[in-house]
Order: sequence, then C-alpha cells, then structure tokens
Amino acid sequence: MSLALVGPSLKPVPSTPAPEATSLTPGQVEELGRRLDAIRERIVAERGATDAAYIHSVIRKQRYLEIGGRALLFAGVLPPAWILGTAMLSASKILENMELGHNVMHGQWDWMRDPKIHSSTWDWDNTSPAEHWKHSHNYMHHTYTNVVGKDRDVGYGILRMSDEQKWNPYYLLNPLVNVLLATFFQWGVALHDLEVEKIIAGEKDRKTVWTQLKGIGKKVVRQFTKDYVVFPALAGPFFLPVLAGNVTANLVRNLWSHAIIFCGHFPDGAVQFDEEQLEGETRGQWYVRQMLGSANLDGGPLFHLMSGNLSFQIEHHLFPDLPSNRYAEIAPEVRELCAEYGLEYTTGPLWKQYLQVLRKINRLALP
Amino acid sequence: MLRAFTALTTPLLPEDYLGLVDPLWSQTVLRGRVVAVRRETARATTLTIKPGRRWKGHRAGQFVRIGVDVDGVRHWRTYSLNGNEDSRLLTVTVQALPGGVVSPQLAHGTPVGTVLHLEDAAGDFVLPTPAPAKLLMLTAGSGITPVMGMLRTLAARGPLTDVVLVHSAPTSDDVIFRDELTLLAALHPGLRLVVRHTADEGRLDLAELDGLVADREVFVCGPDALLTAAQQRWGEKVRLERFTPPVRSEGGSGGTVAYGATTVDVDGGASLLEAGEDAGVLMPSGCRMGICFGCVLPLRDGQVRNLRTGEIHGEPGDLVQTCISGASGPATLDI
Repeated sequence: MSLALVGPSLKPVPSTPAPEATSLTPGQVEELGRRLDAIRERIVAERGATDAAYIHSVIRKQRYLEIGGRALLFAGVLPPAWILGTAMLSASKILENMELGHNVMHGQWDWMRDPKIHSSTWDWDNTSPAEHWKHSHNYMHHTYTNVVGKDRDVGYGILRMSDEQKWNPYYLLNPLVNVLLATFFQWGVALHDLEVEKIIAGEKDRKTVWTQLKGIGKKVVRQFTKDYVVFPALAGPFFLPVLAGNVTANLVRNLWSHAIIFCGHFPDGAVQFDEEQLEGETRGQWYVRQMLGSANLDGGPLFHLMSGNLSFQIEHHLFPDLPSNRYAEIAPEVRELCAEYGLEYTTGPLWKQYLQVLRKINRLALP
Repeated sequence: MLRAFTALTTPLLPEDYLGLVDPLWSQTVLRGRVVAVRRETARATTLTIKPGRRWKGHRAGQFVRIGVDVDGVRHWRTYSLNGNEDSRLLTVTVQALPGGVVSPQLAHGTPVGTVLHLEDAAGDFVLPTPAPAKLLMLTAGSGITPVMGMLRTLAARGPLTDVVLVHSAPTSDDVIFRDELTLLAALHPGLRLVVRHTADEGRLDLAELDGLVADREVFVCGPDALLTAAQQRWGEKVRLERFTPPVRSEGGSGGTVAYGATTVDVDGGASLLEAGEDAGVLMPSGCRMGICFGCVLPLRDGQVRNLRTGEIHGEPGDLVQTCISGASGPATLDI
C-alpha cells in the first residue's frame, strides 16, 4: 500500500461543516428518527436465547484464550510458544476490553438480568476503573458525541483533532502525542475522566480528583501486579519471557484499540459540531448527529468481533445499548436510510481510515 | 488463599475461570444442577437439584428462589423445598401454569444437567425443634409441597408418632405425591391421611377439624381462602405459609413508589428519576436520556412504565433505568 495510491480518492472534509449541510426538513429529520426508533424496538423485541448464547460463547472463548496464552508463555523460552502465547493473550485482552468490557458496560446485555454480565457489576482488564469509564464514555462521549468542547473524546484533552480547537504551539507535538497515546492507550483511557485540563484550569475540586486518583491507583496496582509481577514470578527462571509476553500483549491491545477507536470519529467524512447544535436538540437531530459524527470500518466477521463491533460505529452510536452481535444485521438498513435521506454513511477499510486519521493529526499540528 | 489467586485473575475472580469447568464451584454465586426430573402429575414435575458449595442448608417447609434463564432472560420464582432437610440434595415441585413464562419451562423444559441459580433458603414455616409429638397438617393444591418436606424429614428420622394430614385437591389425579403419601401412610401407622376430592365432595368444612386442633400443632398451607378461614377459626394457634405473588401493575400511569424508606406519589408524566430527586432522594443519574445506564436502580416489587414506548414491565430484581421510566401502580425501588 502506498500513499500515492490512496491520495486521489481522499477528499479532505472540513472538520466542522454546518449541521444544516444536510438539506433535510425538520419533518424529515423526525421521520428518520421514528424509523430508527422502529429498528431499535424490533431488535429489543427479538433479543433472546441466541443473543445470550452469543455473549456466553464470547466470554468462554476469551477465557480459554487467556488461559491458553498464559500457559504457553510459561514455555516462552521456546520462540514458537512465546509467539503463539503472546498472540493468544493479545487476542484475549482485545476481546476482553472491546467485545466484552466496552459493550457490557454500555448495558448491551443488561436485559439478560445476569448479575455476572451486567453494566453495574462488570469490571475490565484495564487501568481505567469501570465507574470512571461509564461516566467519560457512556455519558460524556455518547451524549455529546463530536460536539467540540463537550465531547472529550475529541482529542482526549491532549490532542488537537478539530479546527475548532484553538491552535497553540503545544499542538506541534500532535503526532508525537498521538504515538504516545496509542502506545499507552489504557493510561490515556484511565486518566481521561480525570479531565486534566480542568484540574490545570483549577475548575475541579481536589477531593474529587483525589478520589478518582485513588480509584485509578487501585486498579493500576492490581493490573500491574498481575501482568508484571505475579505471572512472571510464577514462571521462575522464565520470568523475562513471561514479562515480555505480557508487556507485548498489553501494547498490542493498546495499539489496536486506539486505532479502532480513532477510526470511529476522525476519518474524513465524520462531522464535528459546535455547542449550538445541542440547544433544543430533538431525538431525530440527535440521531443525525450520531450518524454524521461516526464512521464504520469494513471487514469480515472476525475483524468485526476483534473490533468489539465498533467497526459498526454508526450503528453503535445510534443504539449504544443494543447487543453488539446485532449491529451487523441492522447495518444494511441504516445504510439504506442514510442513502434515502442523503446522509453520508462513512465507511472504509481500516488501513485507509487510519491513514486519514493520521493525516488529520499531522495537519492539525499546524495552525 | 483465595485472595492470592485473585491477584492472578483480577478484575475477575478465580471462580470465573473455574466455572468453565463447573459453575457449581462458585463461592459468590449460588447455583445448582438438576440431577433428576420426575413427572408427578400432568402439570407438576419434581426437580432434584444438587446445590453448589455455597449452599447453607435448609429447614423442611422453607422455600427457595430459583433463577432460570428463559429466552436469554433471568427470571426468579419461589418454590417450596419439599425434600428431607437432612439430605444434600434439594427437591422442588413445579406446577406448569398455563401461559406462564417460567413454570412451563421448569416443569417441561429442564433436562437433567441444567444449571439453575439459587438463593439461600428462607421462610419460618418450619417444624419446631424438637418436633411436636402431635401434628395436624392442613393443605390444599400445591400447598402440600412444604408440608411434604416436613413429612419426609420426620419419616427419614424414624416412625411418625401422631400426624394427621388433611389434603384437598380437585380430583385424585391432581394429588401431588399421591403414591408416596399412600406408601408413607402404609409404612407409618402414626400417619393418618385424609384426602378430599373437592370436585366431587366440595370444600372441606373446617368445623369438622375442631376436635383435632385442640391438642395439636397446626400447619396450614394452600390458597388464600383456606389460610384466612383457618386463621379466623383457630386464631394464632395455626402456622401459615402464604404464597404471595409479586405486585403487578394494573396498567395506567402514575403511582406510589417507595425509594427505600421514602415514599413518593409519582405523576403519570414524571420519570422516576425526577420524582425521586424532587422528593429529596439522592438518586444516581447520568445522561438523563436513557443512554448511559448511570441511573439504574433495582426494582424490588411492582412494575414500571417505559416513558418512551408506554410498555409496562418489571419483575423483582430488574434494574430499571429511572430516567426513562415512570410509575404504573405501586412499586418499590432499592436505594
């Protein structure tokens, strides 16, 4: 793949086209909203034993992958065992964070009333405490999706991802900060809800910050003890291969989830909004914002599973609490609705979308 | 020891992995496996359940809540334990109710090997220790089930001394445990079995039993009418077991909702979140638009109305999104 090959097909899109760029009448917007509601209601009515069997099976596979990966890493002095063990552990960590953690904490499986698979009880293999994540992600990001200044996922408070963010010389570091964020993504996620920029501006009281820090600290200690102390120590003389495998698996998970997540809202075609958009926003308008602000990824069933079905970012943002296994099923309908109402349905293969994201990060490093 | 292993499995527990081998090993979630299924009558089935490690035992006459996944959704129902309390296995007898969600599946669609969810046994309808020498058991319909547990427990410990069981059922075919009761009566001269077939003979007149009641401990279990009549006739002397169904909404919007200790009259249009906040309840909240699940509270009793769709739903234990739910009749939320 070469940049020259990609170049001509990519049309840079201004990062904040006015919402009225869609030439829909208010009546049409609400009609679209009702049709989307109808899709949601249909899936809600259909949810049942096959969906439950699906999530149980993913949970089982993830746990077997983890057990298998960690077991193989104990034989990690042998290169094939190290490679396979690390690959299995990486895959397990990706599944655990994305198809399980992210989606369960969205309440996608709450309807099963199983306290073990429930948004209120689930915790994930990540340094970010579940409660913080549910606030910064489920609430802030999914409510104010792509509203610059409200949705902190636009730049995570450390990157410039929109022309609307005023440039300053710090943003010259945009590409470097992005590499660091991708490498240490779970830290980015953990610190996300701290809202560091608000602490610096003195807008957050110390007690809240301290409580949050303690929560993060507790999780960090547990995660680190597990991956970097106990499992390597159990391997005795093979401490280093196990440690290296665990570090690598966490890194792979970080890079992968960063790529998938950044491709959800920042490729060309995904629209950002200003705060005016939120005033008196109707349900129909909310739906339109979610669709225009999100971008999908093309791929096969395995790719969708490993992306936690965030490759169906548009469907996920329309219906964040529908079971992830259903997004593939409703995607063609959503796409047709978009075509019918003249709305952009942004989608593309991962490599192409990711290049667009990287290009945007580089471009916005400059004023 | 367990805590040490948790360092390996955090944020999960060791049992979440061990559960791949046997879900009954859990120390935090009580489960049981069906080890035998026996058809009692056309509608009633007895399940023998081997409880998991966390089971603390039970007294004969107590009940247990059983959680079963129907169409992917966990439902809880209460059943009397009717086995010998000294046994390591539990037995419950399930009547398939026509149109029911849970009972038909438990009665007819639960093969040996099925894993069910359990709660600890509860209830104070139990035999005193030591067991009274003279007993009168008055039962009707499925009210026989807790009493059966008492009889089996006593019979397993030795000969029954002086027990009178008066049981009512519409016809002979409707008598749950008919053969076993007959056998018990044959084996134990101290057990007198009186079965009344109400379809032919009509309902029992409690006055007939006055003579028996005088010097006996009386245990009554059956429909409400029987319990009320027994209580009126013999007063505090009788011990009762009442099967109370959970409160269901009769439709409509608005209602009285208990938020823990605070009771609030909720208007038809108001969300449970707003109504609770207005009444000074410290409600958890988030997006206030049904997205983030920051506001869910467990429903203990009653039902709620989805303000978006008008759907009335809810069973005890459901987690309700208070920001998009309104009242529909009386309900209780845990907070």
